[in-house]
Amino acid sequence: MESKPRMLAILDIVTILLFITAVAMVFLYAPLEAVMGQVQRVFYFHVANAWVGMLGFLVAAIAGVAFLRKGDRKWDVVGMAAVEISFVFFFIAIVSGSIWARGSWGTWWTWDPRLTTAAIVELVYAAYLMLRQGIEDPDRRARFGAVYAILSFISVPLTFISIRIFRTIHPVIIGSGAAGAEGSFDMTPKMLQTFMFSLFTFSFIFADLLWHRIRLGQLADKTENLRLKVLQ
Amino acid sequence: MQPIPQTENQVRLKEPSLGVAQFIRSLSAIIWKDLAAELRSRELLSAMLVFALLVILIFNFSLELDAQARSTVTAGVLWVTFAFAGTLGLNRSMAMEKDRGCLDGLLLAPVDRSAIYFGKAIGNLIFMLIVEVIVLPVYSVLYSVNLFKPGLLLVILLGSIGYVAVGTLLSSMAVQTRTRDVLLPILLFPLVIPVLIAAVKGSTGFLQGAQAVDIRPWINLLIVYDVIFVAVAFMVFDYIVEE
Repeated sequence: MESKPRMLAILDIVTILLFITAVAMVFLYAPLEAVMGQVQRVFYFHVANAWVGMLGFLVAAIAGVAFLRKGDRKWDVVGMAAVEISFVFFFIAIVSGSIWARGSWGTWWTWDPRLTTAAIVELVYAAYLMLRQGIEDPDRRARFGAVYAILSFISVPLTFISIRIFRTIHPVIIGSGAAGAEGSFDMTPKMLQTFMFSLFTFSFIFADLLWHRIRLGQLADKTENLRLKVLQ
Repeated sequence: MQPIPQTENQVRLKEPSLGVAQFIRSLSAIIWKDLAAELRSRELLSAMLVFALLVILIFNFSLELDAQARSTVTAGVLWVTFAFAGTLGLNRSMAMEKDRGCLDGLLLAPVDRSAIYFGKAIGNLIFMLIVEVIVLPVYSVLYSVNLFKPGLLLVILLGSIGYVAVGTLLSSMAVQTRTRDVLLPILLFPLVIPVLIAAVKGSTGFLQGAQAVDIRPWINLLIVYDVIFVAVAFMVFDYIVEE
């Protein structure tokens, strides 16, 4: 049993400190938004969660391509880890967005492109996990997982485009917003700093959890091999 | 970490493809095999058809399809029917290959793997189109809606191609898992949502006589989806049937 790498321990501590700072910034440093009030504070972690959710999607697709090309089990563990983490973070993003929408749009849910695409991404993650659960042979599980990650990575942007052809009401804070967006606002410098810091922090959380999960996957592989060896 | 022994090198085809003529020959052989099996048993088409008609029947009661509702929901009803019946057919066509050991036989045959994929996909497409060709007039008669517009037929063809391209790939994946039939819709529906949205919108456009400018984006989207997914399926099919 190898012990926890030193770098990982350092990363753990840095991540925890960053997260505490980010929470403090959201509640103490960022100013109160004039129109929406307190509920606007959801925004900082909502976008950061969604960012981590999408990041995992990208990582899983890249790991899928790498696995199919190289056939190295390492990449399968990475893809699985990314999907598992992003599944949770994206769920948090959807729930926190819902809370914000209740305060700002007056409804928990609307069939807007981003919301719909988010729901579909979450379902794709669930399908990915169910697919893997149904396969016993580790090599086949890795191949199918990789293929499904790649397929969904191509399909989801098309889903987004296809719903985007309708009008959207989701505010676009970064970049140019649609004319019909409701609940949009301009960020003050302090808000922008808090926002950027949240994104930065959540990227660290993602990296930290990913590392832990990859280690867990490798250890699981190892125990599986040992078990097979004992059985023989 | 010990590398896990890979099984993929046990069966390797020596020289799978010998040019285009060979490819087309093996492709048509696979399609013909599916059609001949279906002609004799008729179990797949009859199941899909009866199922499709039942879905339309259920929609009739659940949606109160009166004259006013019909103009807006016809496309939706049709595409839900096609999607559900399509899943049934895809599952069955792959399960048959797997249960009777045909898939192993196909994989051992000295043909290009992509010929197997395209053969199965075209076979599935033919079945789906047959079901649609029967469902459309039935629906027209039952609800006195004229569905025979060239634009609508084009949308249905493009939508079916996209659906079958992804569906064939995923059904050959689902059939190799423990949960099998249950898994296919769960894997397939999130990925074909662009097809379903574009197909429903395009069909509604043609049924309501919308401007060509409004329908064009949906047709383009369908074509883009078809091209991308046929190409990707062609690239990754090898990894799915590899043993």
